[in-house]
Amino acid sequence: MPPSPPDTREVILEAIDLTREFDGVKALDRFSFKLHRGEVLGLLGANGAGKTTAMNCLLGLTLPSSGELNAFGLPLQANRIKILQRANFSSAYTALPGNLLVWQNLLVFARIYGVPNPKKKIAELMELLEISHLSKRVTGQLSAGESTRVNLVKAFLNDPELLMLDEPTASLDPDIADKVRKVVRKVQRERNIAILYTSHNMRDIEEVCDRVIFLHKGKIVCEGTPADIIAQSSSDNLEDVFIKIARDGELLDEPKKDSAV
Amino acid sequence: MNFRIISALVMRYLFLYSRSPMRLVELAFWPVVDLVVWGNVTVFIQKNTNPEFGSYVLFFLGGMILWDIMFRAQQGVAISFLEDVWTRNLLNIFVAPVRSSEYISATFIVGMLRILITAVVLSFISWFGYAFNVFQLSWWLIPFFLNLMLFGWSLGMISTALILRWGLAAESLAWAIPFFFQPVVAVFYRVEDMPAWSRPIAWCFPPTYIFEGMRDVMKSGTMNWDYLGYAAGLNILYLALAGWLFVWVLNLTRKRGLLTKFATQ
Repeated sequence: MPPSPPDTREVILEAIDLTREFDGVKALDRFSFKLHRGEVLGLLGANGAGKTTAMNCLLGLTLPSSGELNAFGLPLQANRIKILQRANFSSAYTALPGNLLVWQNLLVFARIYGVPNPKKKIAELMELLEISHLSKRVTGQLSAGESTRVNLVKAFLNDPELLMLDEPTASLDPDIADKVRKVVRKVQRERNIAILYTSHNMRDIEEVCDRVIFLHKGKIVCEGTPADIIAQSSSDNLEDVFIKIARDGELLDEPKKDSAV
Repeated sequence: MNFRIISALVMRYLFLYSRSPMRLVELAFWPVVDLVVWGNVTVFIQKNTNPEFGSYVLFFLGGMILWDIMFRAQQGVAISFLEDVWTRNLLNIFVAPVRSSEYISATFIVGMLRILITAVVLSFISWFGYAFNVFQLSWWLIPFFLNLMLFGWSLGMISTALILRWGLAAESLAWAIPFFFQPVVAVFYRVEDMPAWSRPIAWCFPPTYIFEGMRDVMKSGTMNWDYLGYAAGLNILYLALAGWLFVWVLNLTRKRGLLTKFATQ
């Protein structure tokens, strides 16, 4: 078999042997991966598998015990502000200040990111996410679905090249979850954004992610396209794969011992 | 430091205050209550003691007003931080391109605005209610205010650092910390009236020089320049120490992975 051609895609985010210990327990164990421009990478695993720790390290909120983290070719810790200017984040578990109006919250973040013509940008994004009518609503009075879409407007404000989405469809009804997935995919394709995506909703992953990484006890146990992983594991769908990994900690005949790149 | 980011953060606090009349009321409520109590006590003592002693009790009102300036400056920093915790917005701020120095600078500015509002309300009531004109301190008011504000900022950063380290369990420190200092910084009495063992402690803190200076100015119209020099010097030292503590604790919470747990609790 001829050797595969070298991967020439631009690497946006890279972790090399990332390890994070808490009181002697490894929440992440030599975790390595590359996220390329225009790619959506799903980070999956059961509760406690290490994906939140990974996300926190990648956001610079938690320092790794060892290993290297680079974004846009720059070491993350030393260039945190420069990198965050080109990135953004949205999580189902954070909120924008509830007593401010939606437009006020978005205007503040638009100014923080230095968005030119912020009002126009906010209006465009709100229209894209079909929430223009929420502009003058009090943020704390929005439904979960509305709140998620407002958070996504905030996440798209600075035209990020790298976006980290932490369970963006958690607590959404299937209709809104579907709309959110479609918008994320649409914007991602139009703007060629690299997205790191965590979710417990395997429908999300199959629909949105180009490639997924399964974590178990801080280690990568398998990696590939959703279709490849389903085929390799002789499972019917990604949810079955998830359950197998969560219960047995392994999936393939020879699970990867070291993190894949 | 990026002034666009600082102004965006200040704008957020202004939106918050404009949307919450109760927050504005809170700015004036306790200072006014304190002023009315101390004002009435002052009037009572003035009427029932000899005139010379009566004039001294005006020091209470001066002390109370200046104390509130320091307290509001500390609150401006600590409460602004807590607002982000309460609204679960801290994580959004920490993953945005905001430097700690920009975040703290914005809270300083909010602290200044809080002081301005409090000072105007108190000056107005003390003048019309008790014929105490805070402007009798004339231009000395400016260095007094500045020095008390700087020490308030230092205390604000220390309170914030402690809350960052111990989470919302330490929330009450945001209110309590200034009162640890109240007994030893000679707000309502002279240092020489304090127990001998506590006097060296008193001179370690900038507000002591300011409150002593205030009494000098009210009594004789002059002030010891050395007091201002010591207060400014100590303030620079405390600001540097408090800034270092804040950054050290922030890095520690990152190292220990406490920041996210704290930011989403």
